[in-house]
Amino acid sequence: MLKFLIKGIFRDRHRWFFPILIVMFSVAIMVFFSAFISGFQLSYIRQSARFSNGHTKVVSRAYAEVLEMKHYDLALMDIDDEFEEWKAEYPQLEWFERINFGALLDVPDEFGETETQVDVAGMAVDLTGSSKEIERLQLKQALRKGRLPRESGEILLSDLVADKIEISLGDSITLMGSTMFGVMSLRNFEVVGTVEFGIPALDRGAVLADLEDIREMLDMQDAKSEIFCYLKDEEYNLKTLTQIANDFNRRYSDEDDEFSPLMLRLHDQGSLGSILSLYDHSQFWMSIGFIVIIGIVLWNMGLLNGIRRYSENGIRLAIGESKDQVYASLLMEALIIGIIGCILGVALGILFCHLFNKVGMDLSLYNKSTNMMSENILYTVLNARAIITGTLTGLFASLLGSALAGTAIYKREISQLFKELET
Amino acid sequence: MMKEKVAIVKNMGKAFPTGEGDFWALKHINLQFERGEFCGLVGPSGSGKTTLLNILGSLDKPSEGEVEVLGKQVHRLNHKQASKLRAAKLGFIFQTYNLLPVYNVYENIEFPLLLLKMDGAKRDRMVRDAIEWVGLEDKIKSRPNQLSGGQCQRVAIARAMVKRPELVLADEPTANLDSENSYMILDTMQNLNKELGTTFIFSTHDQKVISYLRRIITLTDGEVSSDDIQISS
Repeated sequence: MLKFLIKGIFRDRHRWFFPILIVMFSVAIMVFFSAFISGFQLSYIRQSARFSNGHTKVVSRAYAEVLEMKHYDLALMDIDDEFEEWKAEYPQLEWFERINFGALLDVPDEFGETETQVDVAGMAVDLTGSSKEIERLQLKQALRKGRLPRESGEILLSDLVADKIEISLGDSITLMGSTMFGVMSLRNFEVVGTVEFGIPALDRGAVLADLEDIREMLDMQDAKSEIFCYLKDEEYNLKTLTQIANDFNRRYSDEDDEFSPLMLRLHDQGSLGSILSLYDHSQFWMSIGFIVIIGIVLWNMGLLNGIRRYSENGIRLAIGESKDQVYASLLMEALIIGIIGCILGVALGILFCHLFNKVGMDLSLYNKSTNMMSENILYTVLNARAIITGTLTGLFASLLGSALAGTAIYKREISQLFKELET
Repeated sequence: MMKEKVAIVKNMGKAFPTGEGDFWALKHINLQFERGEFCGLVGPSGSGKTTLLNILGSLDKPSEGEVEVLGKQVHRLNHKQASKLRAAKLGFIFQTYNLLPVYNVYENIEFPLLLLKMDGAKRDRMVRDAIEWVGLEDKIKSRPNQLSGGQCQRVAIARAMVKRPELVLADEPTANLDSENSYMILDTMQNLNKELGTTFIFSTHDQKVISYLRRIITLTDGEVSSDDIQISS
């Protein structure tokens, strides 16, 4: 019977051409948009992980309570041995210390008096030559003027800040802050370069200094405020990271000790989890929207087809097919059309993604005008999810359209068949 | 010897609701059809021929009385049971052939057997037999739009006969055919009736068909006004 149905579908252009075309384009669009959203999501995750969240981050429980405030006075203390133990226990992770701090940047005039002051958000990272942090933060690409720090006492300034306070390379600046114990602290630096990340949150007031310099300035020799962890393959894998974080927290974190370590996944930090689930929901609702819209289009086509095939369905009922059987065969036709449309649609969607990825989408202007952390060039990420979402959308839409249109068969008066079939 | 009854109609009536109360299309019908009969329901338009054919074909139910077709009480069958009866034991021939346009001759004839889930080899043998009965061996791959009206009706007959039904109901089967094709069709059906013993019940007012009938049941205003046996056909 299936072979019989397939023959019927392909010998009647009206049955397959437009339905397959509609399903195919819907699936292609759905695959493309799912890949686009996944690309956006991944770009957001990568940038967030790179600059502010890591794949996971270890902080004290007290620090985690006010995570956004970056209270380095709530840092983990005297944990050098534990830190080495963690590195050994979780070899799948790479561990990096960073300190995020706020300070006042003071620019002296020729007499050493304050000429300009500006608030800055500082980031202290390991800038020694072999550090992977330089690569991760893409500092070489972000460098606008000068060079990266090579020695103690050298600092990078945001290009925007440098322009604003008219600082040149080689100028001295003073960072004024407070140590983690609340004592005022000053340290002079030489500006050796300016950077622009294309991320307003960083570009508006960032300074980047070597970890050891800032540790000394903030009196944090025995403290670690934030330890960033990255999976070695650099790919954010939520499942793996969840397992690691759960295991770490079970072993090392103590709910009753606010200075015990706590590992936070990227998803757990601030509103990132809800933003990422928003992307997931948007994919889901977009898929539902497509199913409904395409379902309605196919429903309409199914109704027209039902009129065209009125006598065919009539004769089938007269010959002895039950209404359920006729309805099931219409659904089977829809499934066959849906499967073919999905196969073609997935292929077309992959082609769209491939073509799109040749150039990508330049988001640099968008990034400058928002606080979103995403890479400047957006590429689609074609994954199983995009293909499954597209395929399910196509299949459900195809079945929905036929399921709705096919209900007309139940309104058919069998007793009128002879009369209907005589006309 | 008493012949087996394929259909028994007892005091049957069929009413259709109208704005002014029920309209009785059939009244007090009492008929019996024996296996192998070649009979016709004749009468003017509106006399109830098609309504009676509908009920005998389990496409409709009587409003009163009893109708038994091939041992099944038609008035007690639900839709699925009626479909099963039609699929297994009844054949239908329509005035306008109603072939499935996207399928060829072979496939149109094969279709009723697919519904019976018959195995491939047996199905093929039965389809080829049916094609042979109606003399369309050379048109096996043709689509309905490549056939003449007469050939289409022969396909329709083969489709009705392929499952070897016990009862074939034909509604004005020659209405769209010229004389030559009409006689050819009637000859074919008569031969099948004789060879396979299949019961044929026609609804017709075509004299050519009437001339072939061995039993003529005349309906007038929903009632049987005569029920005659013809000596020769």
